Amino acid sequence: MQPSIETVWSWLGEVPDPEIPVISLTDLGIIRNVAWEDDTLVITVTPTYSGCPATSVINFEIEAALRGHGVWNLRLERQLSPAWTTDWISREGREKLKAYGIAPPVDGTAADGRAVGLANRLANGTPGGNLVIECPRCASANTERVSQFGSTPCKASYRCKDCLEPFDYFKCI
Amino acid sequence: MPETPEMTLNAALFEWLLRMGDNTLILGHRVSEWCGHAPVLEEDIALANTALDLIGQTQLWLGLAGEVEGKGRSADNLAYLRDASAFRNVLLVERPNGDFGQTLMRQFLFDAWHLDMLKALRQSTDGRVADIAEKAQKEVAYHLERSADLVIRLGDGSQESHRRLQAALDDHWSYTGELFVGDEADEQVAKAGIAPAAETLQGSWSNTVGEVLQAATLTAPESSFSHKGGKRGIHTEHLGYILADMQFLQRAYPGATW
Repeated sequence: MQPSIETVWSWLGEVPDPEIPVISLTDLGIIRNVAWEDDTLVITVTPTYSGCPATSVINFEIEAALRGHGVWNLRLERQLSPAWTTDWISREGREKLKAYGIAPPVDGTAADGRAVGLANRLANGTPGGNLVIECPRCASANTERVSQFGSTPCKASYRCKDCLEPFDYFKCI
Repeated sequence: MPETPEMTLNAALFEWLLRMGDNTLILGHRVSEWCGHAPVLEEDIALANTALDLIGQTQLWLGLAGEVEGKGRSADNLAYLRDASAFRNVLLVERPNGDFGQTLMRQFLFDAWHLDMLKALRQSTDGRVADIAEKAQKEVAYHLERSADLVIRLGDGSQESHRRLQAALDDHWSYTGELFVGDEADEQVAKAGIAPAAETLQGSWSNTVGEVLQAATLTAPESSFSHKGGKRGIHTEHLGYILADMQFLQRAYPGATW
């Protein structure tokens, strides 16, 4: 008997992201669709970053998890559009990120628009700078960006000016 | 004069896709050369991440190029098994890394073009092209944000950083014009609504670049002379060295995997 679509989703909700194992693939919002085509289970996945090295590991983990639940006839499909956005990270996922020490993304702050405005907007302390990233450790808003890039393609490096701890911020795209 | 047969749309699209993929491949490889050598750790990581995005985009563009060509060549085949004259990247992206200022300026001048190109491609009549552009645009918006920010900070920084950034701008300037010169392949894909005509991107590029350079207290050279040839496979001597490094493994051990 085929497991229901809902059951498959719940199984996928138990597969951790290989680079940030506190959140699951469904928390991350990269599973776009689950469907049965006759007796084949089709999972549609969208990449976070086009060059993210975790993509192939993620595909492997999905296959391994579903085979572990007895689903052998399955196919993974890649879907590029609509492109993944950090807005798809679930509420629960954001809480988990924060508890893990990674500041969750602030919605609607993805890079776009004129280059000078962007540079100003995200630079700290400049007029018009409106992006406040809360320290995941002490909740202080007194933080500064160290680098736009961090330990993985999806993160930027920040530092808390109150508790002095460095932390990762899940950057918005 | 004998009539030259018109290029088929499929051949033009293949050619155009190689240009997109080779630009990101060669720039991505160049930027990756900084890995472990950047002035500070944060920049090392930023450069490596930028390179990773560009290589990821390359897989999409060259993957589609291979599909369109229909001869069974994969993205890897196209990247590792073509000689310099078959590469279609603009000369700007094969320019040597130089100092950090040279690398950054090259990145900024390219990013400003790249973002406009990808934005325009989201309207492409070819859904596969529009999908790749939608994905890449988000990454490239981030690249431009960083490169513009650093050009401003260093241009309007110390005397030494200003001097280096101005020198970098002077050196790279004559390699930017090639981005806006179209040929038959560009015209064909533009006519089919697949991509914007090359020259249509110049206006907004000039605006973006002008605005950032002004904030950076840098002055663009007056000369409008531009080096060309990369899009037709006529490259500077630098490309051969890049390929020798990049392709060595597949040339020495054909089909090697890991």
